[in-house]
Amino acid sequence: IGINMSSRIIPVVLVLLVGSVLHTAAASPSDHETNHTALTNGTAHQKKAFPVLDLNYEHVHAPFEISLWVLLASLMKLGFHLIPRLNNIVPEKKVPPVMNADVFFLCLLPPIILDAGYFLPIRPFIENIGTILMFAVIGTLWNTFFIGGLLFAVCQINPGYTMDLGLLPCLLFATIISAVDPVAVLAVFEEIHINELLHILVFGESLLNDAVTVVLYHLFEEYAGAGTVTVLDGFLGIICFLVVALGGVLVGAIYGILAAFTSRFTSHMRVIEPLFVFVYSYMAYLSAEMFHLSGIMALIACGAVMKPYVEANISHKSHTTVKYFLKMWSSVSETLIFIFLGVATVDGTHHSWNWIFVTATVILCLIARVIGVIGLTYLMNKVRIVKLTTKDQFIIAYGGLRGAIAFSLGFLLNEEHFPQKKMFLTAIITVVFFTVFVQGMTIKPLVELLAVKKKQEAKRTINEEIHTQFLDHLLTGIEDICGHYGHHHWKDKLNRFNKKYLKRYLIAGTRCEEPQLLSFFHKMEMKHAIEQVEKGGGSNVPSALPSTVSMQNIQPKKPTVEPERMLPKLPKGKEDEIRNILRTNLQKTRLRLHSYNRHTLKSLNTHINNYLTVPAAPPDTPVMSRARLASDPQARGAKYNADNVPTFQVDLASPQSPDSVTLLNELKKVEDQGLMMKAPSSKSMEGERDQQKLTRCLSDPGPSADEDEDEPFLK
Amino acid sequence: MGSSKSSLRHIPNAQELIQDTGFSAAHIQRLYERFDLLDRDQMGRLRVPDFEAISHLAMNPIGDRIIAAFFSPGKDTVDFPSFVRILAHFQPTDDNRTRDSSGKEPYNSPNRKLQFAFQLYDQDGDGKISRAELLQVLQEMLGMQVTDELLQSIAERAIQEADLDQDDAISFDEFKKCLEKVDIDQKMRIGFLS
Repeated sequence: IGINMSSRIIPVVLVLLVGSVLHTAAASPSDHETNHTALTNGTAHQKKAFPVLDLNYEHVHAPFEISLWVLLASLMKLGFHLIPRLNNIVPEKKVPPVMNADVFFLCLLPPIILDAGYFLPIRPFIENIGTILMFAVIGTLWNTFFIGGLLFAVCQINPGYTMDLGLLPCLLFATIISAVDPVAVLAVFEEIHINELLHILVFGESLLNDAVTVVLYHLFEEYAGAGTVTVLDGFLGIICFLVVALGGVLVGAIYGILAAFTSRFTSHMRVIEPLFVFVYSYMAYLSAEMFHLSGIMALIACGAVMKPYVEANISHKSHTTVKYFLKMWSSVSETLIFIFLGVATVDGTHHSWNWIFVTATVILCLIARVIGVIGLTYLMNKVRIVKLTTKDQFIIAYGGLRGAIAFSLGFLLNEEHFPQKKMFLTAIITVVFFTVFVQGMTIKPLVELLAVKKKQEAKRTINEEIHTQFLDHLLTGIEDICGHYGHHHWKDKLNRFNKKYLKRYLIAGTRCEEPQLLSFFHKMEMKHAIEQVEKGGGSNVPSALPSTVSMQNIQPKKPTVEPERMLPKLPKGKEDEIRNILRTNLQKTRLRLHSYNRHTLKSLNTHINNYLTVPAAPPDTPVMSRARLASDPQARGAKYNADNVPTFQVDLASPQSPDSVTLLNELKKVEDQGLMMKAPSSKSMEGERDQQKLTRCLSDPGPSADEDEDEPFLK
Repeated sequence: MGSSKSSLRHIPNAQELIQDTGFSAAHIQRLYERFDLLDRDQMGRLRVPDFEAISHLAMNPIGDRIIAAFFSPGKDTVDFPSFVRILAHFQPTDDNRTRDSSGKEPYNSPNRKLQFAFQLYDQDGDGKISRAELLQVLQEMLGMQVTDELLQSIAERAIQEADLDQDDAISFDEFKKCLEKVDIDQKMRIGFLS
């Protein structure tokens, strides 16, 4: 059982206990719209002693309680990690918050979806888009009609007042309950580290079925009052679906482009960059919701569209900020959602338990999901390149979790139109709990048991990168020869379009021209350089060549290193200093230790010099760390490569060198300049522009290592 | 474009091709139509200008290499059977056909696919990708945007990584090893041929 899963269950269980205790004593659910003005009107104007210390709780009670709940949730998460068994902490004065559907949809859901959308792995998503759409649209429709129809049949068989449901209310209920929930899927799938294909299938389905749910929900809700749905309505419903889905994506894409465009100009005001990302995305969501389009799809589209351009434009710190804020918000949201669910479970005023209805719902949900998955996989396997095995199908079916969205949608129902609302809510909660707890907790052992393929650790090598690009070009060419407008052809066209038009307007500076292979290579080099310094003693370094890249040898106190010996290790303090400086100043925070088998110094020289060499930075460029090594006249005679690869000698500073700079001195100097590295003046880099470009390449933040590990969809 | 079965008779050695390459009759038909379309002077053979007339191919960075791959060494025309045989490499791998009648590996096995790709790199045919050849490929792919030094470094690093027997070039086995994590079958297939 993953820690995270339990840390979600524990709050809910805790709240169940707490809530049940408090609920008996608690007053009516807090209404956050207390009207303060009423208080002031009635008071008589009598002179009282001036209050030195006064308590005015009503003034702050709404934000105070929210903050308290957030704090409690976070502490619970923390506490679970520190203390294996949680004690019952009964807060003194608490009114359990009630799930307010607006709060959920407007505040709690967007961060989670944005987090998912911004970091969505585009490549597998697009590659499997057909299957995902099939599952999302056809699968959800199938679920809805199957469950709705059979529930109606069950109701007919079992007449009784509480079960007196027309077909339309049944269908509406089925709509609410049949959509796979992205929050729950994220929560569960995150820790089981399942292979990318299955993850993206279930997750993509949970995101895209929002459009279907929105349309069906409104359709049935409107007409449940009227009583019948005609064919025309059905037809309009299909059109409405297309509008909702495509409209949502369009709205999201527009905001995404706007965000990308804005980020192009933020080089002078780096601090507000993350704000643009968040606000544009939220506006996309709200705009979509305003027009009854699919807000979730808008949010996903916005995040996915803006990401490549924004990443190229914003500084590294902003990128980190965006990433961690999103993770933080989505984490808090998730916890709060589950707490609310727990509270709502306990809150008896919303419930009306009906054995037959509830059990029928649960069983039908399961059956519908299984049949749906099997049927659709059978159809899709005829068209798919990579077929889905039975194991895959099982995981997909098992991963169809329902969550808080279903509950909130149920909550939104109008009680007058739907007298059975309470019964619905009870059933929804039961299904949610069942899927999340039972399925969610058992999926991990099942994955182990069935030996389902896990997520691969993607460590791309430069060769893979080169060769796969080569193959892409090859395939595009072959497709052109065959006259077949396939997958590669369109991708190539999209790349060209992207390069020609979009990148030029949306990415600042010369970064727009940098091909993907190049940025990949640069990143690799940086990682390698950092790794070399980290390693300190240079154990990888063959001791043959005198000139070493290691910056640790800038030590006037240390004896001169003789050419034949291995390099002495730096004292621990210096190593840490170097490490810290590199960490804070270099633009890579994620350190992947690559081990390269053979590593000749000559090439390392070249690399380090090529990619860490910069001229004086223009004032508005983000701070770049530079390492300065002095030139050692002795080593200059070292052998050059036969085919004249220009090598810069990065040499240890011997005390004799006039311009040797010690690390110690450097540190004492201007703090934020970090380590400075400069090529020996005898060899001039050709083209200031190249240097500038390199500076920019390095100083600009790449996307962090793991998000970029899989090949970006657009080069 | 109705294609009747009788039109297969127009195609020389159709049956033999079907046997050899594993294409179906419908595929052969389609390929023949395409061949015919490309063959502007209707000689039954394709020349380099015919390939170069394909507009999109002209924009492809390695377009010239691909075109050259169709022509056997020393010949400057491509006839239909050769055309089909090259394209047979891009069929999805058929696990049932591990060995065809003559005992040769089928065209669309992963090994053959990789060999085809390798040959595109290895222009002088010595069985190794030398540094110069790799450099050339990188130059073509990365174009004008990159300095020579950078290209050299990339080539250097690539060879370092892949070269296990230290001969400063990438042999076919080393090439295969680089790509072991990549699903070659998926990477090198054309949809409509399945």
